[in-house]
Amino acid sequence: MALVEAKELKKNYIAGEITVAAIRGMNFSISPASFVSFVGPSGSGKTTLLNMIGCLESPTAGVLTVAGQDVSLMNARASAKFRGTHIGFIFQDFNLIPVLTVFENIEYPLLMVQNWPVQERKQRVDQLLAAVGMHDQGYKYPHQISGGQKQRVAVARALVTRAELVLADEPTANLDRETALHIIALMKAMRDEFGTTFIFSTHDPKIVSNAETVFTLEDGLLVASDTVGGFHG
Amino acid sequence: MVNIIKIAVRNLRRYQRRTLLTSSLITLGVVSVLLFISVSGSFKNMMIGQITDSMLGHLQIHQKGYIASIDTLPLNRNLQEKQITKVEEILKGNNAIEAFSPRIKLGAMFSNYTETTNIRLNAVDPEREMRTMPELLNRIIKGEKKGLLNKGEILVPELLAKGMKVEVGNDIVLVATNKDGSVNGQSFIVRGIVEGVTGPGGRDGYIHIDDAQTLLRMEGKEVSEIAVRLKDMRQLDTVFTSLNGILEPIRNKMDKPVFEVHTWEKLTPFANIAKMIDLMTLFIKIMLVAIVLVSIMNVMVMAVYERIREIGTIAAIGTSPGKILSLFLAEGLLLGIFGTLLGIVLSLVSIAALKAAHISFNFGQQQGIILNPSITLTDIVSIALIVIAIAVLGSLQPAWKAARMDPITALRHV
Repeated sequence: MALVEAKELKKNYIAGEITVAAIRGMNFSISPASFVSFVGPSGSGKTTLLNMIGCLESPTAGVLTVAGQDVSLMNARASAKFRGTHIGFIFQDFNLIPVLTVFENIEYPLLMVQNWPVQERKQRVDQLLAAVGMHDQGYKYPHQISGGQKQRVAVARALVTRAELVLADEPTANLDRETALHIIALMKAMRDEFGTTFIFSTHDPKIVSNAETVFTLEDGLLVASDTVGGFHG
Repeated sequence: MVNIIKIAVRNLRRYQRRTLLTSSLITLGVVSVLLFISVSGSFKNMMIGQITDSMLGHLQIHQKGYIASIDTLPLNRNLQEKQITKVEEILKGNNAIEAFSPRIKLGAMFSNYTETTNIRLNAVDPEREMRTMPELLNRIIKGEKKGLLNKGEILVPELLAKGMKVEVGNDIVLVATNKDGSVNGQSFIVRGIVEGVTGPGGRDGYIHIDDAQTLLRMEGKEVSEIAVRLKDMRQLDTVFTSLNGILEPIRNKMDKPVFEVHTWEKLTPFANIAKMIDLMTLFIKIMLVAIVLVSIMNVMVMAVYERIREIGTIAAIGTSPGKILSLFLAEGLLLGIFGTLLGIVLSLVSIAALKAAHISFNFGQQQGIILNPSITLTDIVSIALIVIAIAVLGSLQPAWKAARMDPITALRHV
C-alpha cells in the first residue's frame, strides 16, 4: 500500500483576478520507506506539492492520500493533529526553537504535540540524539552549535514521533558540501533504521543523485519519474 | 501547562531588556495606584473616623422633618418621651449597635459679661456621649478631659473661645429661647475648649442634657436626635436598612411618618469629598488598566511579529492553535504577575517608609495631621487581579493572531 498517493491533484492560487495553476493534475504514489526527491526549476510546483503532502495547504482538486487518510478536506485543527502524528519536517533554515536546548528541541513534539510520559520521552530523545551523533550536545542551545549540527537536530526532531513520513524542503541548501553529504547519509541511515519515508524538494544534485526515486516537475506537471537508487558520497 | 510556562519564561528571558521595561511600567502603575489608595484612603478614613467618632456617630435618628430644618435647630421637632422610649427599645434590641446617645441641639446667646454672640450647642449625657463618640475627648484642646463635663459646665468651641477671649474656668451666661418663645438664662463655667472639625455641628459647644432641659424649661423628656454608634462600620448599610425598615412605617395620629433615619453620609458634606476620592481612585485604576493594556499589547505584538517563523515551525510540526495561543497568553500572564508582585513589594515598602517618616499635613482647621497610609489585603488582591487579568487580555489579540497564523505564510516570513 502506498504511503502517499495523488490522483489528478491540482492546486490553484488566486492572485487578484488571475488564477495561477501551481499544480495542474498530478498522479503519483510513494511507497513506505522510500527516499524520494522532487526536482525541477523554480516555480515548477515542488514546494507547493510538499506543502500539500505535509497537510500545510489543501489541494484545489483531486485526491491526496497520506498514510491511508484522505488529507484533501482536513480543517486546520485536524491537519495539525495529523502532522503531529504522521509527518516530520526538516527546513532549509533548520528552524530550531532558539530558547530550547538541543534536547528540548527534539523533545518538543513529544511534549507539546503528543504528550508522552516523561520517562519514555527521555529515552526516545536520548535514542535520537545518539542516532544523529549528538548525544553529548543535548544541553547546548541552537546558537551554540554549527549549521550541520542544527540540521542533525532537525532530523532528530522530525523523527522523534516515529513519523512515517519526513518532508524536507531544501535541507542541504545552507550547508557546505561535506556537511550536506553527512546529513544525506544520516537521513538515509535513519530511513534504514526506522523505515521512515523521506521526501525532498531540492535543487541540490547531491540529494538528487542519492534519491532512489526522482520525480521531475515542470510548470506544475509531473514530467518524469525515475527510480535510480544508491548512495553517492 | 508547566511546559507552556517554562517556554514562556524562556521567551521572556530572551528579550530581557524589553521584559524588564514592560514589567517596570506595570510595576510603576501598581505602585502609583496602591500608594494613592493608601494615602487617600488614610486621609478619607481619618476624616470619616473623626466625623463619625467625635461628632455625628454612624447613624442618627430624628423626628421626621428635623433634618430639613436643622439650620434653625427647631425645638418643636424634638422627639418626645414616648418616641424616645420606642427608639431606645429598638436600638437596644439590635446587636450590631454598640452605643447611642440622645442629644438636644439648641441655639443660644453666649455672653462673657462684656460681649455677646450666638452659639450652637449639643446638650448631651456625658457617659452615653463618650461611649457613642469615643474621639470626642481628644477634641478637647484645653481643660479637663476626664468625664467630658458636669452639670453647670460648658465646652466652648475653639474659634468662639478665641473671639470672645474666654479661658477655662471663666463664667459665662447662656440665654436661650424655648419653644414657647420665652427666654431664660443660666450661667456656666467653661470646662474646656473643644477643637472644631469639618462639617455641620463641627463648631458646636457642649453642655449637660439636664442643663439644657432646665434652660429650655422642658417639662418632659425630649431630644433633638439620637446618635448611634455601630460595633462595625462595615455593617452600616445593613443596620440602616433594618432600622429604617422598623422606624419608617411608624405613623402618628395624622398618619404621617414619625421618624427619619440618616447615615453619616447624609449628614455631612464630607461624604461628597469621600465620593470624590473614590472617583479619583477609580480614574487612577482606569489609567493603570490603560498603561498595562497598552504596554502588554505593544510587547506581545512585537513578540508575535519577531517570532513569525517560529510560530510557523511549531504549527507545522503539529502544535495545536490552542497551545500556540496559550504560549503567548502565558507570556502576558507572567509579565503581569512579575510586574504586579514587584509593584506590591515596592508599594508595601513605600507605605512603611511613609509611615516611618511621620509626614504631617493641615486640613482646614486641623493642623499637623499625621499621614498614616495603609492598604488592605482586599485592595492589594483586587489591584493584582485587575492588572493580571488586563495583562492576559492585552495578550489575547496578539496571541489569537499567532494561533490563527497560516503555517505556510509564517514559514515564508523573512
